[in-house]
Amino acid sequence: MLRIQYADYEALRAHGEETYPNECCGVLLGKSIAGEGNSAAAANSAVAVNMVRQIVRAGNTRTDSAHNRYNIAPQELVKIQRQARGLGLDIVGFYHSHPDHPAQWSKTDFAEAHWLGCSYVITSVEQGKAITTNSFLLSGTGEDDKKFEGEAIQIDIAANLAAPEAYNQKGQA
Amino acid sequence: MNIHIPTPLRTYTGGLETVNISGTTVNAVFQQLTVKYPELKQHLFTPEGKLRSFVNVYLNDDDIRYLESQQETTVKDTDELTIIPSIAGGANL
Repeated sequence: MLRIQYADYEALRAHGEETYPNECCGVLLGKSIAGEGNSAAAANSAVAVNMVRQIVRAGNTRTDSAHNRYNIAPQELVKIQRQARGLGLDIVGFYHSHPDHPAQWSKTDFAEAHWLGCSYVITSVEQGKAITTNSFLLSGTGEDDKKFEGEAIQIDIAANLAAPEAYNQKGQA
Repeated sequence: MNIHIPTPLRTYTGGLETVNISGTTVNAVFQQLTVKYPELKQHLFTPEGKLRSFVNVYLNDDDIRYLESQQETTVKDTDELTIIPSIAGGANL
């Protein structure tokens, strides 16, 4: 499951509208709350919750084909990871938009996905308007068995997210 | 030197975001890293021992692929290595 604050959710959708007809991209910083067990499979399974605390916009370096491709410069990722470390957060996912294309992962999205356990959020933007936002968890233990699993998105309206422990005790995970 | 591990690979470093490994070159550090955390090896390197194409490694702010000596580059204890898998994709029309 992906858990995100309403303002961040709206901001990542707005980013897709701003860059239309090109794809936008960005990074989700937060904390991952693993499912039961301590194996890679458990940590990367759909029972895990990726809790977003902050989103970071990134530039799309694919200027050659920005309407249907995105790439975040590794140098920018290094800086974002450093920023996350400074905040005591982790990279828990990424987002990008599909201009005039459904909010479903493509073969390219899958082939280029390597962050197991992270959420890949895709927003369809039709004629400049953000329509559907879906999240897919990249599960598995490696390149050979990785797969995208559709996951629920919980949008928190309140400004402050409940502590993860309290959240789990409510049995909503 | 400190090596920063990306979220997906922390499963293999006992959850650690930063690990400290000694070595005189990038290769030597990698060698020690994979001795200490053997499960990392298959995720970082191909069976032939080459760094996987989607794995980027930065020595401080420089991609090691573009350094003159690449993985044979000499390192100091105060340097930092960051392992960062690539992020890309697209609607693929």
